[in-house]
Amino acid sequence: MTWVNAIIQGVLVGGLYALFACGLSLMFGVMKVVNLAHGDLAVVAGYLAIGVIAVIHIPVLWSFVIVVPLMAVLGYVVQRTILQGALDRSVLTTLMVTFGLSVVIENGLLQFFTANTRGIGAGLPLVTGSFSIGSIQIGYLLVVIFAVAVAVLLGLQYFLSRSKYGRLIRAVADDKEAAQLAGADYRHVFGIAAAIAFGTVALAGIAYGMYSQLSPTTGTDTILLFAFAAVVIGGLGSLWGTLLGGVVLGVAQQIGAQISISDETLAGFIVFLAVLVLRPQGLISRRAQS
Amino acid sequence: MTESGGLHGAPGPAADTMTVPGGGGRAGSGAPLLEVRDLVVHHGQFRALDGISLRVFPGEVYAIIGANGAGKSTLLRTIAGLHRPTAGSVLLDGKPVTALRPERRAARGIVMVPEGRRLFESLSVEENLQVGATYARQGPWTIERVYEMFAWMRERRKQLTAQLSGGEQQTVAIGRALVANPRVLLLDELSLGLAPVVVQRIYGMLPQILATGLTVLLVEQDVSQALRVASHIHCLLEGRTTLEGRPADVTADQVEAAYFGLADAASASRPGEGGESS
Repeated sequence: MTWVNAIIQGVLVGGLYALFACGLSLMFGVMKVVNLAHGDLAVVAGYLAIGVIAVIHIPVLWSFVIVVPLMAVLGYVVQRTILQGALDRSVLTTLMVTFGLSVVIENGLLQFFTANTRGIGAGLPLVTGSFSIGSIQIGYLLVVIFAVAVAVLLGLQYFLSRSKYGRLIRAVADDKEAAQLAGADYRHVFGIAAAIAFGTVALAGIAYGMYSQLSPTTGTDTILLFAFAAVVIGGLGSLWGTLLGGVVLGVAQQIGAQISISDETLAGFIVFLAVLVLRPQGLISRRAQS
Repeated sequence: MTESGGLHGAPGPAADTMTVPGGGGRAGSGAPLLEVRDLVVHHGQFRALDGISLRVFPGEVYAIIGANGAGKSTLLRTIAGLHRPTAGSVLLDGKPVTALRPERRAARGIVMVPEGRRLFESLSVEENLQVGATYARQGPWTIERVYEMFAWMRERRKQLTAQLSGGEQQTVAIGRALVANPRVLLLDELSLGLAPVVVQRIYGMLPQILATGLTVLLVEQDVSQALRVASHIHCLLEGRTTLEGRPADVTADQVEAAYFGLADAASASRPGEGGESS
């Protein structure tokens, strides 16, 4: 029964990983930006939520309503200024700039919030509560996060396939010059894609703060790595691939933890490496999906 | 020659007399719709265009011909805004557009069908047209109208463009440009990689397109094709103008000389033309 439990926990935590991964995948797919600051953005969102809750005394869940749109706006602005400037130079410059952003964010957080770990909403019934099926205990929080992740991916899928801007995002990802000739300002479209990426990772960051603990370095030592692994396992450019990748990563980690608690992270990365070797295009490749 | 195009004021008479050959009486003469003045474009150190001027009048089919590497596509891409000129200017309706990005030029009515079709490959046929129509100007062309002209396209609108033949893809690319309601439609090497019979069929659509009030500026490597459809031809060689005029007014020998840069190209070109001199 412990194995079934491990698999269920792994699947559910996979939803959280997918939330981390979809923005990373989107930014790479659309503007070829490998955003090394992606995980740090999640942490920034988490600390913003902590700050907002402490300062204006709102219920924990309301912090999502404030922080997620705020981060989306920030995403648009960062893309139109810093990242676009780097993209106009070269791909390597862009990589360096996101790395620099990551360093700046981490040290800024250390400066203001110290290296202490913090959680969000500790003591809430949603965070601590659980229900049991037979001998298996399932936390409400992970179920909710998984449901939100699926809803976000469904929404994103609908937006990308049906809406005007979704269509433009796909067109610009295919050929930004041809999109310009059709009258589309690809810089603006890039900004919208970045807003979505920042918004989703903000959502994931706050959720992670509730599920676990945040520290200024969580962004690079945990979140970014898991997001990368989920994207690579699932297949780049595929939304449902990121969910599958997150789930596979989550299950591998939980099974590893069952064998020995210190093998949790290792097991995840063994699967990650195995996929890279055996199926480098990921479990769901973009071509196969369409 | 060094001033940037964006600084150009009203069209100066000096520029007009300098570059336009004597043979006036062009279709719909009056003010040119599109004008290029003394355009110089570099690819790095390489001078791809060296002082090109041209005037396209409303309703014309203006064909730019020339061998590989003559600078034809560079000229068209610079007019569309994809290359920044080193010097010279591009004017639409007498107003400079040289400083505008391609998407702003499209909004003014300069829309290009790029070389190699460049369709959005992960989008369906209909979605390709929808992207073209997103920032469309007011005008006669709609997606519905494109479907009326090409009935097969309506039936296959849900397909990805990769499933279409080369000729069909080229037609979708033209449709994507048309739904933006251009004033000047730029066509870059339509015939590239297509069978002659398909090329004939695509060029056969031109009269229908022109009937809606468009003006066409095209680049074509196939000279006989260009001479068939064009009301005015302009031959480039190594970034310079070697011949310009109406197809009826130029002889095959003149075209050949201008195209290949034979010794008598300068003397064969029309009076008033600079030929090889710069």
